[in-house]
Amino acid sequence: MSDLKKIKNEFLSKLQGKLDISEINQIKSDLFGKSGLISTQFKKIGTIAESEKKKFASDLNIIKDELQDLINSKINKFKSAEINKRLEQEKIDITLPERSFVRGKIHPVSQTIDEISSIFSEIGFSVEEGPDVETEYNNFTALNTPENHPARDMHDTFYLDEKKQKLLRTHTSPVQIRTMLKDKPPFKIIAPGRTYRSDSDQTHSPMFHQVEGLHIDENINMGHLKGCLNYFIKEFFEVDKIKMRFRPSHFPFTEPSAEVDIGYEMKDGKILIGEGNQWLEILGCGMVHPNVLKNVKLDSKKFQGYAFGIGIDRLAMLKYGINDLRAFFDCDYRWLNHFGFDPLDVPTNYRGLSR
Amino acid sequence: MKITFDWLKDHLKTSLKEKNLLEQLTNIGLEVESVESLSTDNELFKVAEIIKIEKHPNADRLKVCDVNVGEKEFKKVVCGAANAKEGLLTVYAPPGAIIPKTNTKLVVAKIRGVTSYGMLCSESELNLSDESDGITELPKKFKKNIGKNYFSKSKSKLIDLSITPNRPDCLGVRGIARDLAASGFGKLVNLKKKKIHTKNKQTLKIKINKEKEQGCNAFGSCLITNVKNSQSPKWLKDKLISVGQKPISAIVDVTNYVMLDINRPLHAYDVDKIEKGIIVRNSKFGEEFTALDNKNYKLDSGMCVISDNKGVLGLGGIIGGTRSGTEFNTKNILLESAYFEPGSIRNTAKKLNLDTDAKFRFERGIDPLSIEEGLNKAAKLIKEICGGEISKIDIQKKETFKTKKIIFDPNIFEKISGFKISSKEMIKILEDLGFGVKKHKKGFKLVIPSWRPDISQEVDIVEELVRITGYDKIKFIDPIKHRKKSTLNKYQKLFHFLQRSVASKGYLEAITWSFTDKRYNDHFRDTKKEIKIINPISMELGVLRNSIFSNLIMYMNKNLDRGFKDLSIFEIGPIFNGSNPGEQNTVVCGLSAGKKSRLSWIEKDRNVDVFDVKRDVIQTLVEAGYNSEKFLIDNDTPTYYHPGKSGRLFLNNKKDHIVGYFGEIHPTILKQIDMKTESLVGFEIFMDNLKLAEKTLNDQKAKFSFSDYQKSERDFAFIVNKDVNAQDLIDSISTVDESLVKDIKVFDVYEGDNIPENQKSIAINVTIQSSERTLNEDDLEKINNLIIQTVENKTGAKIRS
Repeated sequence: MSDLKKIKNEFLSKLQGKLDISEINQIKSDLFGKSGLISTQFKKIGTIAESEKKKFASDLNIIKDELQDLINSKINKFKSAEINKRLEQEKIDITLPERSFVRGKIHPVSQTIDEISSIFSEIGFSVEEGPDVETEYNNFTALNTPENHPARDMHDTFYLDEKKQKLLRTHTSPVQIRTMLKDKPPFKIIAPGRTYRSDSDQTHSPMFHQVEGLHIDENINMGHLKGCLNYFIKEFFEVDKIKMRFRPSHFPFTEPSAEVDIGYEMKDGKILIGEGNQWLEILGCGMVHPNVLKNVKLDSKKFQGYAFGIGIDRLAMLKYGINDLRAFFDCDYRWLNHFGFDPLDVPTNYRGLSR
Repeated sequence: MKITFDWLKDHLKTSLKEKNLLEQLTNIGLEVESVESLSTDNELFKVAEIIKIEKHPNADRLKVCDVNVGEKEFKKVVCGAANAKEGLLTVYAPPGAIIPKTNTKLVVAKIRGVTSYGMLCSESELNLSDESDGITELPKKFKKNIGKNYFSKSKSKLIDLSITPNRPDCLGVRGIARDLAASGFGKLVNLKKKKIHTKNKQTLKIKINKEKEQGCNAFGSCLITNVKNSQSPKWLKDKLISVGQKPISAIVDVTNYVMLDINRPLHAYDVDKIEKGIIVRNSKFGEEFTALDNKNYKLDSGMCVISDNKGVLGLGGIIGGTRSGTEFNTKNILLESAYFEPGSIRNTAKKLNLDTDAKFRFERGIDPLSIEEGLNKAAKLIKEICGGEISKIDIQKKETFKTKKIIFDPNIFEKISGFKISSKEMIKILEDLGFGVKKHKKGFKLVIPSWRPDISQEVDIVEELVRITGYDKIKFIDPIKHRKKSTLNKYQKLFHFLQRSVASKGYLEAITWSFTDKRYNDHFRDTKKEIKIINPISMELGVLRNSIFSNLIMYMNKNLDRGFKDLSIFEIGPIFNGSNPGEQNTVVCGLSAGKKSRLSWIEKDRNVDVFDVKRDVIQTLVEAGYNSEKFLIDNDTPTYYHPGKSGRLFLNNKKDHIVGYFGEIHPTILKQIDMKTESLVGFEIFMDNLKLAEKTLNDQKAKFSFSDYQKSERDFAFIVNKDVNAQDLIDSISTVDESLVKDIKVFDVYEGDNIPENQKSIAINVTIQSSERTLNEDDLEKINNLIIQTVENKTGAKIRS
């Protein structure tokens, strides 16, 4: 028997036995280590006669492959048994709770302001702001509401001085005045913000939010006003059709003035906008009064346009089914969590206002 | 303004229905606020006659009456009225009727042992007058009505209109009828102008004092002598009751009726109680009088009063006085029909906190030309009801009313409304509304009706025309989707970014009031001025907030009381530094209470701490585009923070603007407001101090470059004095070689065993990498030594061996 055959038979029989991983590794090293039996045979190739060399090398390689495959498969068996054993031990109760997380929320009024801004952005309005503390002039007089005008009764005003010259703005309309004094026409702005009236009951809060709209150019008429508001209401409530009614009203700073109602009905305790035969007042608007334009030194023969004021909190209540206005500012954790919006839900045109 | 369709029909001829009326009123700007059906049980009250009276067996004062109510059998009714007598015609209420005054339902009841089927009613019980002595006595002519309804069936509903302050003319039924007629809802009934024909002179002297700011422009009056004041006739009572007014006496009822009918307030004086003549003048400071509301008023100077020799009789156009008031025994009266200045009325009423129907009308502006019409109408009615003789009308005037005229260019209509109507239509509408219309080279010359103080320029005419034509005629012009200017400016974009950035870190956004409780505000006021509201809703909302913390901490406490322990809330909004416009700043303010990982099976819980809020502030600013490597933080914070556990943040080492504070809220404050939580930390970011980059975020970025050469990390442990800040070490290391030092991390801070007292060990990991080559051991050794040397020199630290 040649050496090669001897080696092969010896180790094949050795590998038949019950071996642990270290014994297999030992065999591997005995055969294929630096001075292992197989390695030594390979070194011998050079010394063998040319005529037998080819066969010898071929036999050796076959034996080498056979032994090596056997050893590797034995080792792999051990390895996978080991992993399987570990996996067996590592099984956990996956129904245990995840690590805790907290979720922040955006207040519905903030969300509504962003929705409104997004809608008006599409049709070319930009956002302007004004201070919460205003002068009596900007809040009333410049808006064609001189002292002793009965319309002032409708605004229960918070004052900051005895002379009643400084006050908390009762509407966002003074932003119209500031904008028109600061810039040059045309004007196309909305101005959302906090407003204040000393009134507090179920439907009134001493602080609330309004958004003012103003569009002044050379030929802006009531048709533009109607079209703009119709577009806004439809977009805001994300409905296909909207029932809308303009009816004459009076505001000192607009002439003609209108109040706008939208149609709705109650279904299963929920309000459905755009259907039904009930009317709900949602905003006031009109053509900016020539006296107001005069007060900001605009030529009312050349420039004209419309303005509107919408209660933001009320819009939010209607859209999101919130009943109590005062809860908006009560900061109840449960309420904020329930009605708040995920900060990633930024209202956009391409994705829509709400999910 | 309350009206009924029936009353409207006195002035309006129409075949249209009530349903159409309601719609049309709203369409022309007379908003229908509510519609009420008048009490439907009224038809239970019957005209009845007392047939027989017997004494009550068990009570001296009670009588048992047999009453004929038009049925076969007489009703037995127990009655206590002294005036109950056989043959008396009165009003009977059966069991089941609801007595208007008390709103109680009658039942069959035993009164002192005798069963009474219903009740005989006094006028007071029927809300007809204040007469409560005895039961109603009806005149003989009611005999034919026995068994019939006492109250005439009024199907007309009570319509409450919200009249805008520019339309005083619609505070009278006729004004409303005129508007309706102009809009095509029927035809305005022509009123026959009935002048008083008399030779009697008005003998009482009336004088309007010539003085500065005299509030009375004209004072018209007439005398009616030898009257017999009484209850009003039924038609007048019914009329007043139908709009919710209470009849008082014929004279007063007539003046009220004329006011409601044609918006002409009047006042009736008992002439015999006036000393000599009437003087209309400004009041003197401290003058007093008792008004018809039975209250005593102390007057300021300069209020328009009607007075006589003895003193003030009443406040002109607001309220009369008791001294000269008419009563049932009044014999001779003076009827006043005057014009008072709206401003004067308003000032006086406001100062005295008085609101009356007359005041409401005068302050909006009464038709100055209605003085005579009012006197004629009222005097005639009083004479009809109460008899007497009417005198001629006397009118004292300060100035004569001039009608206003406007030139109206009809083209303006389309320019403003966006649609067209013909000149013919315009003329028709304007004439129907009472305008005088004449052709003019520029269009029309219009004479404004004297009852329309609200109209003074062309645009007012446009409004009239659009209003009457109908707002539904206005076209919808779709908006153009075109944007010339960006919607938000940089500041606004930053606002929205910060808002959502903070929320994304687990904070619930709150919106709280801009005002707050002084007690809370004082905790966080720091050095700021307190800004008081002169007329707050309550003392708890008496000042403008100097910090958002005041509200946030109060609401945080409320939520803790609700049983929530671990909570983060924030608000972005204004705080106030002064009471002038613009003296406000926008602040992002957050509060975090309680623990992290409370009751977690997997993580150990811990209190929220200053490094939580520090992370929130810094991460928010980094996300907003600010470079945290340049931030400078020190511990100089306001007194409401824990002095040792709070920080102040600047965007860079120039320290010019404080960008934020963060830290634990001072424990004393928690104690004072009785707040129970393991920990309370908060932060403030001052938006107005955040510099807005001129470049876009994209342009701010450096060129993208990176190094693929091998990085090395080296750990250092330094022993330093306790008062040395970690930042000092970081700053020193970062100056060593900016091209090689890529990252510096503090991974351990230790005090205690093996470290000398008053010292601490800070362990720092530094990443070193070149962008030009792989560094060899020599290079690394060199930079190592340089780092140690620099830190030791600059901070007095010693490397720990």
